[in-house]
Amino acid sequence: MTTLTRAPVRSPEGLLRFAAPQQFYPLAGRLAPWFAWAAALLTVVGLYIGFFVAPTDFQQGEVYRVIFIHVPAAWMSMFIYLVMAFWAAVGLVMNTRLSFIMSQALAPTGAMFCFVALWTGAVWGKPTWGTYWVWDARLTSQLLLLFLYFGFIALTRAIEDPRRADRAGAIIALVGAVNVPIIYFSVQWWNTLHQGASVSLTRAPSMASTMLAGMLIMAIAAWMYAIAVALWRVRALILERERHTEWVGEVLAAEAQTQGRAR
Amino acid sequence: MKARSKRLILVGGGVALLVAAVALVLSAFQQNLVFFHTPTEVYEGKAPTGRAFRIGGMVEDGSIRREADGLTVSFAITDTAKVIPVRYRGTLPDLFQEGKGAVVQGVLGPDGQFTATEVLAKHDENYMPVEAQYAIDQAHKASQTVQQ
Repeated sequence: MTTLTRAPVRSPEGLLRFAAPQQFYPLAGRLAPWFAWAAALLTVVGLYIGFFVAPTDFQQGEVYRVIFIHVPAAWMSMFIYLVMAFWAAVGLVMNTRLSFIMSQALAPTGAMFCFVALWTGAVWGKPTWGTYWVWDARLTSQLLLLFLYFGFIALTRAIEDPRRADRAGAIIALVGAVNVPIIYFSVQWWNTLHQGASVSLTRAPSMASTMLAGMLIMAIAAWMYAIAVALWRVRALILERERHTEWVGEVLAAEAQTQGRAR
Repeated sequence: MKARSKRLILVGGGVALLVAAVALVLSAFQQNLVFFHTPTEVYEGKAPTGRAFRIGGMVEDGSIRREADGLTVSFAITDTAKVIPVRYRGTLPDLFQEGKGAVVQGVLGPDGQFTATEVLAKHDENYMPVEAQYAIDQAHKASQTVQQ
């Protein structure tokens, strides 16, 4: 007697299988809380070091403590845009839906960090420089970054057809990415009121070690926060886009059941 | 060629063209992207004449003088090579000090006297505890006494 064996359905192996929204949805749900807890913990430690352990600056006094929020926020605002551009490029080349979703999930967080960097910078600038705002290359290019984030969010939300929205957004993400190195190097290329980098990969940091520790811990906290929030937003976007599919129906039914049981 | 590699070349080529275009635009606007000019540039005639512009540099040691009205301040701004005398009437930012960076906005008179309408303190990238600065000052004083 011969048994008919059905050929197994070919699916991508390894990490690539998570490129399917259906596979990534539960993974993101499992990972996000870990990143969120890490973010909360590191923020508490970082802010404690920043506000209670780090010494007073010889020149600026206590005002300098804004760097524990300002610098990590500014770093994240630039880095998130590059990650968005990366996913946009992957999406355009590989035609993967999840890449575009990743890019759109990151945008609001990047915009928030960008706004925080501009706002804390203005508040610090008044007592330090004597003005809230100047149109120097660093500040202007950072403001442009905020508008690029707004443009990206507005455009992807404005177009009804998700495939066209993805493509249009990807173009803004890629074009706008050119601005990021301009922001970063603006203080070297041109005379700006904004000071140069205190921390860079090429030379020793020009700040006391506890100040540096507080700032780096806050930077890692910002990373963790951005990853956690982006994962949750990816889940929401997946559900929204795949709401007509069978698997989303099953997931929602299962979640409703566990919630009902919890009550 | 697979459609995927075609798209990769298209996206990569597009981004490369864009970077080149932006680089050209930026190099063309080099002059206008500068927030301030150095005193040396002013002496070389690179600063705009007949309209307001900014000069950036260090406030020269021992140059700050307050006039009798208590509001007008005169000082000199330098990039260690050239010195430009500045007059300013108004309040100064807290970090405005001799030996520290500053950016002044105003017009250059025919006599080489710069009349500022705005003075900003330019902070540097060094962050140090008060104690460390004290230690540096002490070491500096000690080395000066040894030289004398």
